[in-house]
Amino acid sequence: MHSFGYRANALLTFAVTILAFICAIASFSDNFSNQTPSAQIQILNINWFQKQPHGNDEVSLTLNITADLQSLFTWNTKQVFAFVAAEYETSKNSLNQVSLWDAIIPEKEEANFWIQISNKYRFIDQGHNLRGKDFNLTLHWHVMPKTGKMFADKIVMSGYRLPNAYR
Amino acid sequence: MIVTSSLIIWKALICVTGSESPVVVVLSESMEPGFQRGDILFLHMSKDPIRAGEIVVFNIDGRDIPIVHRVIKVHERKNTGEVDVLTKGDNNPGDDRLLYAKGQVWLHRHHIMGRSVGFLPYVGWVTIIMTEKPIIKYILIGALGLLVISSRD
Repeated sequence: MHSFGYRANALLTFAVTILAFICAIASFSDNFSNQTPSAQIQILNINWFQKQPHGNDEVSLTLNITADLQSLFTWNTKQVFAFVAAEYETSKNSLNQVSLWDAIIPEKEEANFWIQISNKYRFIDQGHNLRGKDFNLTLHWHVMPKTGKMFADKIVMSGYRLPNAYR
Repeated sequence: MIVTSSLIIWKALICVTGSESPVVVVLSESMEPGFQRGDILFLHMSKDPIRAGEIVVFNIDGRDIPIVHRVIKVHERKNTGEVDVLTKGDNNPGDDRLLYAKGQVWLHRHHIMGRSVGFLPYVGWVTIIMTEKPIIKYILIGALGLLVISSRD
């Protein structure tokens, strides 16, 4: 009843239970953080806008992205994954989401940034619906914790429009 | 004690998350630095539509190991609600089209087993060690067996 094996087993179970409990509390504490992220995106230039040989539209843009995501970091945050997606509707598709750029932010200090780049991933439509298309640019972020529940949110910025003709 | 409580927790997780395999172990470095080899991911599958940014676990026809990557493109059909999805590992330079089956350009809903909703570091090393060095598995089972036999009093 009080053998070494029995005691070792009880100790191990207890230790694992406490560890799991601590991880759960660490994750739960993330619910209480006050988050006030902000962002702005500007389209500086439409680099080119063409119809591919298969018939799908493709556009290349240069974006200017400013964001302050520092308030998303808690003591239980390992990294924040941020990305900008173009979101629009077409006659065939109720929703299209195309990621244009993403970044991994490992530390709070790097979360207040300004960047000017052309789209990292190709902006290709399913079809040729992009001429004169209104679309939103949404900055999404996914907070990856050191342990526990991941959570995500976004800021939707609307009012962007592609040119009426290819160029 | 530890074995029975692990089994209870496992079965409870299957019920709560509504998924056949509610926990997966991260096996590759394609999602670093967020997910390292040996971490475990808690999965959840709901009827909610698949959206960009979500980390999904999917199976490719013909491969038996599930892949855990992030969705970067979504095209959802108006009439049927069906969805074309493209994924990419955070740490990979290119998207997953090279990993998909020959001729496959998009993933569909039925390929996706679950979304990752939570994460625990390091715990998955037990599974990796036992899979890659089966001798450890035999030693462990042997030791547990000896413990059961010798503690009869």
